[in-house]
Amino acid sequence: MDPEGQVDTTTIEDAVGKFGGARDRLMDILQEIHRRLGCLEQQTISALSASLRIPSAEIEDAASFYSFFNRAPKGRFHIRLARTPVSLMKGADDVARAFVAATGAQIGGTSAEGDFSLDWAADLGMADQEPSALINGAPFPALAPSDVRTMVEELRRNRDTTNALPLFPGSDASGLKQSRIAINLLGPGPVLFGDKRSGDGLQKALRLSPEEIVKEIVKARLRGRGGAGFPTGLKWRLCRQAVAETRYVVCNADEGEPGTFKDRALLTLAPDLVLDGMTIAARALGARQGVIYLRAEYAYLEAALRNELDKRRNDGLLGANIGGVNDFDFDIRIQFGAGAYICGEESALLESLEGKRGAPRDRPPFPTDRGYLGYPTAVDNVETFACAAKVIERGAAWFCGFGTAESAGTKLLSISGDCPRPGVYELPFGTTLNELLDLVGASDARFVQVGGPSGQCVGAKDYGRRIAYEDLSTGGSIMVFSAQRDVIATALQFTEFFADESCGWCVPCRVGTTLLKQDLEKILRGRGTLADVRALESLARSVARTSRCGLGQSAPNPILGSMRNFPEAYEARLQEEEFLPRFSVLEASAEAKSIQEHGLLDVEER
Amino acid sequence: MAKPRLATCSLAGCFGCHMSLLDIDERLVELLDLVDLDKSPLTDKKEFDRPVDIGLVEGGCANDHNVHTLRQFRKNCRILVSVGACAITGGVPAMRNMIGLKECLEEAYITGPTIEGKGMIPNDEDLPLLLDRVYPSHEVVKIDYFLPGCPPSGEAIWFFLKALLTGREPDLPYRMLKYD
Repeated sequence: MDPEGQVDTTTIEDAVGKFGGARDRLMDILQEIHRRLGCLEQQTISALSASLRIPSAEIEDAASFYSFFNRAPKGRFHIRLARTPVSLMKGADDVARAFVAATGAQIGGTSAEGDFSLDWAADLGMADQEPSALINGAPFPALAPSDVRTMVEELRRNRDTTNALPLFPGSDASGLKQSRIAINLLGPGPVLFGDKRSGDGLQKALRLSPEEIVKEIVKARLRGRGGAGFPTGLKWRLCRQAVAETRYVVCNADEGEPGTFKDRALLTLAPDLVLDGMTIAARALGARQGVIYLRAEYAYLEAALRNELDKRRNDGLLGANIGGVNDFDFDIRIQFGAGAYICGEESALLESLEGKRGAPRDRPPFPTDRGYLGYPTAVDNVETFACAAKVIERGAAWFCGFGTAESAGTKLLSISGDCPRPGVYELPFGTTLNELLDLVGASDARFVQVGGPSGQCVGAKDYGRRIAYEDLSTGGSIMVFSAQRDVIATALQFTEFFADESCGWCVPCRVGTTLLKQDLEKILRGRGTLADVRALESLARSVARTSRCGLGQSAPNPILGSMRNFPEAYEARLQEEEFLPRFSVLEASAEAKSIQEHGLLDVEER
Repeated sequence: MAKPRLATCSLAGCFGCHMSLLDIDERLVELLDLVDLDKSPLTDKKEFDRPVDIGLVEGGCANDHNVHTLRQFRKNCRILVSVGACAITGGVPAMRNMIGLKECLEEAYITGPTIEGKGMIPNDEDLPLLLDRVYPSHEVVKIDYFLPGCPPSGEAIWFFLKALLTGREPDLPYRMLKYD
């Protein structure tokens, strides 16, 4: 918007034109406008509504859902600091204070001269290098409070006028050496990082019939690497068997589970393997179009991925008649998320891909039957595609040589928290937590959160358990907490995360996650009684049982897991009274006292 | 044997739950056969002077007087029941929880469109002090039973009371818990 309050119609028309005015490309259109204007204000939405000829409520519905869409102008530099249990243990609070001091902006606010806006954000995918931040989309890992002043001064000097958000990917961030993120690939394993012979998988797939490809994947017992572990071969077969004129391949690169960053590693170090896998899937399914749904937090990967896609088009590995095979036409585009954890759930992801808010769909129909735009769609995790490429390249028998009976192959793990060697490790399924903790050098782990907030909280007595679908299933997030960490405070941080990320569709999740948070806070504040703990457990089970999708169903896990494994932590905080009020009347009436200028009635205080 | 005693109060609510109690119609006669009505807006009895068996609480806690009354009820009632949406969740009065107390009072008494001349926030010392937000009753005292609805139907209240008074667990059937 220009200073006179006029809507920038040129920008809007350009964005609409770029995506052919298609309703289902609304996310791309909004991203494009947001990138140019820095925010999506009411006037912009109205103008866009007129241009697309759809109700503004529909656009508002999508725009208001995603946390990366600013709804009002922000400073030239929008600093988002990761606020996660891991970032906080590494000193995110101190870094935040340093930013407040150096920029003059409060958290959630903008500095007076309009240069800086500060916000907390959910996990940014840099858990091994916390505290971290995104500044206009560029990553800043491993921040120390002492770095902040010089960083801010340097940013202040940056007068890049080509963009409303300087430093945004595509803009110039080279002046800041820190705006590169290293990949701590500390444990390259035999499957994904074993050798450099990628490309062979696709060549081999071109010589196989689609049915033979599916058979090989089934034989390899490959299961989804995002966490749910659905058999990939079965998914591809169902998708292939569905009667339709076209099918889609979608790569789920939303990697939103706090504590994971292994897909970022894979997309950076081995994008060819992932793209091979997608192309092999396309061949197997008969798909002509693939989409990589990339989380907004990883927007800085876009340029490299686009290069990779262009290279493949030049090499005849994407486009028409791939590898000289007649009628094998397939191309891949990238579409961005906008900061919504729920979009990692495949049906919410598809909604988002279609330009809507990321609310999960009712199932059936399953995406393999009716997915993207109503066509059969195989949505698979980044790592699953990479594994599929390796299965075709080296054969199912070779792949099954790693792992356990029910979990073939290796798993990429993102390990963070209280350990000297956090990073990405590729380990065969069946590895015990003990072995893993030895690898990362964590000698005094009090508990390990396996599978992120929605996963399990495992105490020392269970460190003999194995990373595998049949035991400790994980999408790859492993957070280590040392003896000094408070298990209930950590559970509260995870619970807050779910309350923030709930899409709001169903009551058990929308209301339940907030109630869970409040009840846990009461216990942490030393006002909890045995009755409170019982009520909390009962509520947690209701939320788990009655929520509509996986988010709500797993939101109580941090509470139920910590109750099961650390009952003594709860006992230590319980008060012996039969009942204690949630709040103090004295505190609750303090404000009125100053407004109404008189004292309390004879309410006895406890 | 003396009849069980019943007390009722309306805190931050609309008296709708009390109206619904009256909606049990001719069964009121039966109710009065079963209980003695003690402290209640219906009797205008001001203070508790003997133990009461059942207390029905309508409304949440919006001010210190509500908290005081609720605590008196807890102290004097053997079984305390949270009746209706406001007592159970805060209900309509809790809509102000989204807005700060100061902002809310200023809108009502100083800047609102219905204010003529220069308004002021009432500050008579006899007025109760508002709490920072409206609280459901179970966050203030221990509650034994919850009777949901806005208001609960006369039928539900009757079913509930009759169960309690005849020594049964008051499990409301689904049709009395379904509101659409």
